[in-house]
Amino acid sequence: MSYLSIRNLSVRLKGGLPLLRRVSLDVAAGEVRGLVGESGAGKSMIGKAVLGILPPAAEITEGEILLDGADLLRLSPAERRRHIGATCALIPQDPLTALNPSHRIGPQITDRLVDILGWTRADADARARALLAEVQIPEPDRVLRAYPHELSGGMRQRILIASAFAAEPKLIVADEPTTALDVTVQKQILKLIAGMQARHGTALLFVTHDLGVVSKVCQQLSVLYSGMVVEDTPVRDFFATPRHPYSAALLAATPKYTDPSAGLNPVPDAVIEAVRAEVAAFDRRAAHG
Amino acid sequence: MLDGRSMIRRRAGARLWLSALWLGLLCLAAILAPWIAPKDPLAQDLFLGRLPPFWISGSEPGYFLGTDSLGRDVLSRIIHGARVALLVALVAGTITCVVGATLGLLAGFLRGWVDMVISRFIDIWMAFPPVLFSILLIAVLGPGLISIIIAIVVIDWTRFARVVRAEAMAQGAMDYVASARVAGRGRLGTMVREILPNVLPTIVVLLTLEMGIAVIVEAILSFVNLSISTDDPTWGGMIAEGRTSIHQAWWVLVFPLITLFLTVLSFSQLGEGLKDRFDPVLR
Repeated sequence: MSYLSIRNLSVRLKGGLPLLRRVSLDVAAGEVRGLVGESGAGKSMIGKAVLGILPPAAEITEGEILLDGADLLRLSPAERRRHIGATCALIPQDPLTALNPSHRIGPQITDRLVDILGWTRADADARARALLAEVQIPEPDRVLRAYPHELSGGMRQRILIASAFAAEPKLIVADEPTTALDVTVQKQILKLIAGMQARHGTALLFVTHDLGVVSKVCQQLSVLYSGMVVEDTPVRDFFATPRHPYSAALLAATPKYTDPSAGLNPVPDAVIEAVRAEVAAFDRRAAHG
Repeated sequence: MLDGRSMIRRRAGARLWLSALWLGLLCLAAILAPWIAPKDPLAQDLFLGRLPPFWISGSEPGYFLGTDSLGRDVLSRIIHGARVALLVALVAGTITCVVGATLGLLAGFLRGWVDMVISRFIDIWMAFPPVLFSILLIAVLGPGLISIIIAIVVIDWTRFARVVRAEAMAQGAMDYVASARVAGRGRLGTMVREILPNVLPTIVVLLTLEMGIAVIVEAILSFVNLSISTDDPTWGGMIAEGRTSIHQAWWVLVFPLITLFLTVLSFSQLGEGLKDRFDPVLR
């Protein structure tokens, strides 16, 4: 029984453009699923739909999102918020805007535990301290009293990771958590997330456009194109034998650092045309019901 | 070490303290007016009319800044006038701020139909010519302190609503708002705890600007005789009276004008200084 199960989820801009077309995917408890695709493929949309933070201009038109057995779309907004808050967390993309500049780090981690989950102040403080140690932040006392602008980007991303794990969620959505960071910092952060995930046994929905990242962190993979899942496969099989031509082209497009003279292999037009035709055919079929 | 940051901080500090000093003195003068004003601001003495200020020959001891054409002491009238000016600034400024900022915050954060309604309302509201609107309002409400305050609130709330809405919208798009929502904070909680602290520096600047504007508006309405009863001293009223005798007794006009100018300037500088204090990034 998977912890998160998305069935035929369709999202579109209000009164128009489809963003997701009948997306289905599962994340088992403790499992890491990667979501890859090019910009605009809708990979972030899936995470946002699960967490109930779709932009106001987007709406869900059909499908179900089963989180721990409960269909989020059938719950009342208040119940949904409580259910998501108790079981999920977000590791956002940009550490520079993901911490509130007006609050010190300590309260940003602990206030939610106290206000929403009803922890005692002392428990929450101890928890924050332990988490900072776990994400290898030196001088936790100084950091807890600091404002976000006093810390580096890598440091802030560590804090966001710590904060995401604070309430022991069952599912974390990581929305391109390393994209805004330096390459050197990226590697550390990735290792940190993978380590934390394994220790805490948290299911992870990992949104990224970097197949290298996928191979290091994920067990399952969904490839998206134009709001459609074109391939859903274990990561091992994906790198050995990609089944969908778009997946194969995407894989071939990854630059090889071992052979710099080979040049770049962008996804060929023919493949894009083929996938577009597929999407168009899907839309025609969907239009007929 | 003198790096760029400490330079900025020092300049902001001087600005903050000078303006706070002037406004503090003014507040004290307003509160203690009956005890510290050298003369009765209403006492007329036609034999002592148009006395010049103390450094010009022909002045009388005790009439520090001279007298107007009815022999009333200019300094005492300025001190008593500070009461009306500051009362209007504080009360009207605060109410305007609360009303405007609340509506702006709601519109900018909740978006959707709330934003539609409030924004259209602002657009329509701002199409009224403000001076005409205020004179019309006072004509309907009748002159008096309360009417002035109402007029200022009714006309100027849009200033706050506009700016705060834009700011709240920008903050609402930040990832920390999304994180708070995921964690289970309600819309109102997110607005108050996450957005408001980041909009606060802007609100403070607007508030102090608004206080300055309120002082000016009160002076304008006194000038056209729509403020409180003409007996009570107000800076605008003094300027209006001084205008008629500018060639014989310039001091009746100039001293209230300088006071008004310094007060409005201090309010705006206080806002800038406070903003630097409030902003965690600049602090």
